Amino acid sequence: MRFVPAMRCLIGVLFAALAFPAFAHIQPGEAGGFVTGFLHPISGLDHVLAMVAVGLWGAQLGVPAIWLLPVTFPIVMAFGGLLGLLGIPLPGVEIGIAASALMLGVAVMTDRKPPLYAAALLVAFFAIFHGHAHGTELPPGQSGLLYSLGFVVATGCLHAIGIAIGAIHRWPVGQVALRLAGGGVGLAGVFFLWQAIA
Amino acid sequence: MAGDSMKLGSHSASLTRTVSLVPLLTLWPLNAQAHLISTGLGSVYDGIIHFALTPEDLIPAIALALFAGLRGKDQARRVIFVLPLSWLLAGFLGTLTAVPPPASLAWLPLLLVGGMVATDLRLSLGATSVVAILLGAFLGYTNGAAMAQAGPGLRAVLGISATVFVATTLVAALVAAWHSGWIRIAWRVAGSWIAAGGLLLLGWSLR
Repeated sequence: MRFVPAMRCLIGVLFAALAFPAFAHIQPGEAGGFVTGFLHPISGLDHVLAMVAVGLWGAQLGVPAIWLLPVTFPIVMAFGGLLGLLGIPLPGVEIGIAASALMLGVAVMTDRKPPLYAAALLVAFFAIFHGHAHGTELPPGQSGLLYSLGFVVATGCLHAIGIAIGAIHRWPVGQVALRLAGGGVGLAGVFFLWQAIA
Repeated sequence: MAGDSMKLGSHSASLTRTVSLVPLLTLWPLNAQAHLISTGLGSVYDGIIHFALTPEDLIPAIALALFAGLRGKDQARRVIFVLPLSWLLAGFLGTLTAVPPPASLAWLPLLLVGGMVATDLRLSLGATSVVAILLGAFLGYTNGAAMAQAGPGLRAVLGISATVFVATTLVAALVAAWHSGWIRIAWRVAGSWIAAGGLLLLGWSLR
């Protein structure tokens, strides 16, 4: 009990230590740019499920898709972001993102194994919608480069999570669980699609 | 037991007093050093910190070290000397002219070198050396011109070049020693992230 005042004080110190640094004027927006960009894909369930589904599908498809998709996806997504930044409109962005969750979820659920180019094209097509959404939503006063790197890294981490979960594919029970997970993502995609259209 | 209890109480009170001072210190802000970080340790250290905290400089240099490491020990050994030397010479030129290139070109090295890593491009030793010279020349000149305008000048460029050597050596050595199987794919994914960052920076600069 005698340690309670000290502990209270220590908690105060810990909260003070959690304060974000203010890097004034060095590079405008660097203090928050990376964190804001990193949190952006994670803050939307539609993005999260679609990105994890890319990793799940890659794990199901095996080599070389398992590494080709995470290497190509960020660059194609960045191209979508570039379109957004340049103000080039992309019709139905929200519908495209919702459809990505639906299609990728169905692909995992049905354990569909198309030719590599077809899988890459499908994923790249949806990457443009995700990138466009990220590119048009930069908060004012943030560093463009760090924001961009933040959301690219977060997207890559979501792929990695999907691939790690997809590793259960090597066991028969895991294959069933993976297909069920794909079904879950597909159902969520239907819900997002309903929201986007309604 | 009573003695132990008193000791604990005294220790607790002392700890409380000590810890109470820390939040007070956090309320004592330092001056914001505008445009260039001043470490208070001199221009060389200012340059070191500038490089470490400027992603537009740091990331392309790391990307080239990644690329050289992926291409093997010969290319890694060449790049870790050519890049800092080129950086230093161009930085010296930049301090003389003090005319920085357009900031809107910062996307170019990220996209090109990141793309080289992502695609695992097979370049000859000579071609990699040319890339290292061009990258060092562009970033070094930019640094030199900025340092001449901000004040620290050539000494800061010397600090930057030395840090480029250390950073690229560490990264290239790590990658050259550890680049088979899945690890190679992980380096290539990192390259694709860098290239994607460059592509998006192009968008920001054209916005």
